[in-house]
Amino acid sequence: MRLIKPGLRLKSAVCATEVMVIRAPAGEASVSCGGAEMLAVGEAPPQGVRLDAAHSQGSLIGKRYVDAQERFELLCTKGGEGTLAIDGAALAVKQAKALPSSD
Amino acid sequence: MNLAMLLEMAADAFGERTAVSCGPLHLSYARLRSAAQAAARELRHSAAGHAAFLDTNGLSAPVTLFAAAYAGLPYVPLNYRLTSAELEELLQRVAPAWLVAAPGQLARLRLPAGVSCADVTRLLEASCEEGLPLPDEPAAVAIQLFTSGTTGTPKAALLRHENVMSYILGTVEFGAAGEEEAALVAVPPYHIAGISALLSSTYSGRRIVMLPNFEPAEWLRLLAAERITHAFVVPTMLVRILEHLAAQHSAAKFPALRAIAYGGGKMPASVIARALEVFSGVDFTNAYGLTETSATICLLTPEDHRAAAGSAEPGLRRRLGSVGRALPTVELQVRDEAGRRLGAGAPGFVFVRGAQVAGEYRGSGSLLDSEGWFATQDRGWLDEDGYLFLEGRADDVIVRGGENISPGEIEETLLAHAAVLDAVVVAVPSEQWGEAVAAAVVLRPGAAATAEALQAWVRERLRSSRVPERLVFRSELPYNEMGKVLRRVVRRELEGPEGS
Repeated sequence: MRLIKPGLRLKSAVCATEVMVIRAPAGEASVSCGGAEMLAVGEAPPQGVRLDAAHSQGSLIGKRYVDAQERFELLCTKGGEGTLAIDGAALAVKQAKALPSSD
Repeated sequence: MNLAMLLEMAADAFGERTAVSCGPLHLSYARLRSAAQAAARELRHSAAGHAAFLDTNGLSAPVTLFAAAYAGLPYVPLNYRLTSAELEELLQRVAPAWLVAAPGQLARLRLPAGVSCADVTRLLEASCEEGLPLPDEPAAVAIQLFTSGTTGTPKAALLRHENVMSYILGTVEFGAAGEEEAALVAVPPYHIAGISALLSSTYSGRRIVMLPNFEPAEWLRLLAAERITHAFVVPTMLVRILEHLAAQHSAAKFPALRAIAYGGGKMPASVIARALEVFSGVDFTNAYGLTETSATICLLTPEDHRAAAGSAEPGLRRRLGSVGRALPTVELQVRDEAGRRLGAGAPGFVFVRGAQVAGEYRGSGSLLDSEGWFATQDRGWLDEDGYLFLEGRADDVIVRGGENISPGEIEETLLAHAAVLDAVVVAVPSEQWGEAVAAAVVLRPGAAATAEALQAWVRERLRSSRVPERLVFRSELPYNEMGKVLRRVVRRELEGPEGS
């Protein structure tokens, strides 16, 4: 569990995935990737953690990941092998909005 | 949160694609990142507190922008059309600074102490092998833009990383552009639209084609030669493009063009109606925004344009003159002079709220109210469906072809003429420029001067865009009981066809 707020950057303890929090309700949450709790930038992974095969659907750079209620939104800034999840529930890719180019 | 993250992602995901080209020169996203990081590494070890840029559009603009972001310094693009004295004063204000400038610009300046110049050739060729960690200070200033204020002294608008990133991440999908897409950037690098064009194209993966000095024939040539798919123009550019085509009796060739976005000033409805015919099949988008809001806050979409252009219903047809609806991430309100929120159809002052809204000048602190709303200083009204119609600036800045002109310095110049007793300068509507400069002058008893002589007087002392296109003589100017000149009365008088 950690305090989650927009702008926070996290990296996977078990794969190359990195995310930035775009939207989050106030308070703490557990953000995991590949079955392991994600780390703050500069934090060392705990010993012995490995990518859990049951949580290896992968993450794609540039995609936005949301929970079922769309309370949380994470932007994947580096792709990897792990599945992104919040409080144990896997996140899904959010459909892209179609705004016309304005500049 | 840092602007350079946009480039990091682009270089990671499609590093070999062309990021930007200018004439025969080009940089891939990987090269752009490497050059920006190399410059940032040096900047981090220097005394510089700002990264200033003084040149026309070219490859060094994005390198300097991203180098500043990696180094955690504000990027300060300067208006290369300013006089030497004006530029020296601005450089003094940002010193100690690192300056990326064209040799021709440097030749006319006496650099203030603390300003060190980049070697532009080395800037574009340098590489950084190890990579550089991104600074993580969302509230740090990313961009500082000098705007001309009502007093005539330029104000430094501050945009923080979190403001600009909120705009880009809220409006652009990462890597959404196809490899064949190319955006033609003709707005100058010191304009917020020029900066947001670099950032949104980088994030979407759309190749940028730079046009250093806008000129209609060259703009049209590039449309075909570079197979441009997207372009942004200010109203003045579109007017000149249409005039050029009319004068040549030639049809525009735009083999790959899909979309034209426009903004930066009021677009006359007659011009956009003509453009829709000339560039038939192309999507038009009107983008309304301010420097202080990190660019676009409102969009009139291609669907809106088509619906309005094809409608006989006046309410719908009128929307061609609207700036559209607020972005999903932005809220709009129109308020009266007492700050009360107004309903549909009632004109008042336009307020905006959202994470991209910076609303801050150096030294002023935040100008947002306690609930986060920013007064745009624009007047306008919303229709029943939330479409915003602008009526002009609440203050009296003249927006001529996207350039903000404050009447104060022109009035002062006129008043410095021996024959002039009193003078007021206002904006009048102009098909070519959106707004044009007009002046009403009272001569001293017994003194004589022609309009031409006073126009020449201003031209000798200020930039040519400051010269009143219409100059009329009056026996007195209208003042209120507080001694304030009634600009609105003068403006109404001068904007009519008989206003001379």
